Amino acid sequence: MDQNFINDKPTKYMNPYLAGIGLGLVLLASFVVMGRGLGASGAFSTLIAAGTNIIAPEHAKSNAYFSEYLGSTLGETLKDWLLFEIIGVVIGGFISGLLAGRIKLKTDKGPNISNGKRYLFAFIGGGLMGIGAKIARGCTSGQALTGGASLAFGSWVFMMMVFAGGYMFAYFMRRQWR
Amino acid sequence: MITPLFKFGYFGDEFSLIVAVLIGIGFGFFLERAGFGSSTKLAAQFYFYDMTVLKVMFTAIVTAMVGLLYFGWLGILDLTLVTVNQTYLVSQIVGGLILGVGFVIGGYCPGTSVVACATGKKDAMVFLLGVVFGIFVFGELNLLFEPLMELSAMGRVLLPDVLHLSYGLVVLLVVLMAVGAFTLAEYVEKKLALKKEK
Repeated sequence: MDQNFINDKPTKYMNPYLAGIGLGLVLLASFVVMGRGLGASGAFSTLIAAGTNIIAPEHAKSNAYFSEYLGSTLGETLKDWLLFEIIGVVIGGFISGLLAGRIKLKTDKGPNISNGKRYLFAFIGGGLMGIGAKIARGCTSGQALTGGASLAFGSWVFMMMVFAGGYMFAYFMRRQWR
Repeated sequence: MITPLFKFGYFGDEFSLIVAVLIGIGFGFFLERAGFGSSTKLAAQFYFYDMTVLKVMFTAIVTAMVGLLYFGWLGILDLTLVTVNQTYLVSQIVGGLILGVGFVIGGYCPGTSVVACATGKKDAMVFLLGVVFGIFVFGELNLLFEPLMELSAMGRVLLPDVLHLSYGLVVLLVVLMAVGAFTLAEYVEKKLALKKEK
């Protein structure tokens, strides 16, 4: 599947301000319909808690963190709002990519780095994100975007820290991206 | 007041999961449209030559924020029923910094990596494995992190409370700040594009 589904050249990305308005309206719809915002990392906490519970039920139930996510049955554990929202994100991302001719199995990386190194950095970065998102009680979706729009003080501090952390460390990663 | 619809009992838990999928579809769609399914585009934010992340994020925040204010003012939306993130200053500072470093190393955040996986990016699949591993490690060591996370619990604190300004005025200030940031972003992008041509 190394070929585009659609052979035409991929279409250009949407104007960032228009895409931002679209994203903001989705977030607003979530506030108005559900009374809550968007999220991402929480869905994976549910999946991990459910997975741990299948492999080592005693361990999962005795762990203060995992047990928080567990329902009385597996079905109930998986009936999680964020998990269903993330299933939607997969569908929505795929639809947009398909319409733009951007569905393609490939590795996205800078010109001066090997695939192997890129995967290594992706795994390390992902791992840090997982831990960081749990410490901060949310990631870019649940804290920065959602908390930012509802003017939560801590979320604004969080957002500034994400940019600060990224810019502070960007120098060491420049060979990966440029 | 008639919204948030869910909180006023217009539908139950089962239907809310259908709503979740629909909202997720919109979320994923616009993330991919914006170009957030690409790590090179996301990471470019930290090198100033593509400021799309800042533009999209601040436009989205401003749109939803103004919408909240407007619907609240019209009396359609009960703002007190909208869940607002609690403030835990220390854990949000520490977690935010770790997230930022992880962003520039990994090239995605959890939400954008899902979109990138959906469009076939192998690096995003590895990234997501990393996220899962990170959350698992956190879960196993949660007792270690607990003291840090309970530090500086401030509850429901909003920017207007901290700044001692009215809600409306803070909204206006955020809009002005965003416009300023957009102007600066456009200027920096042009400057760097010119430099590249030379």
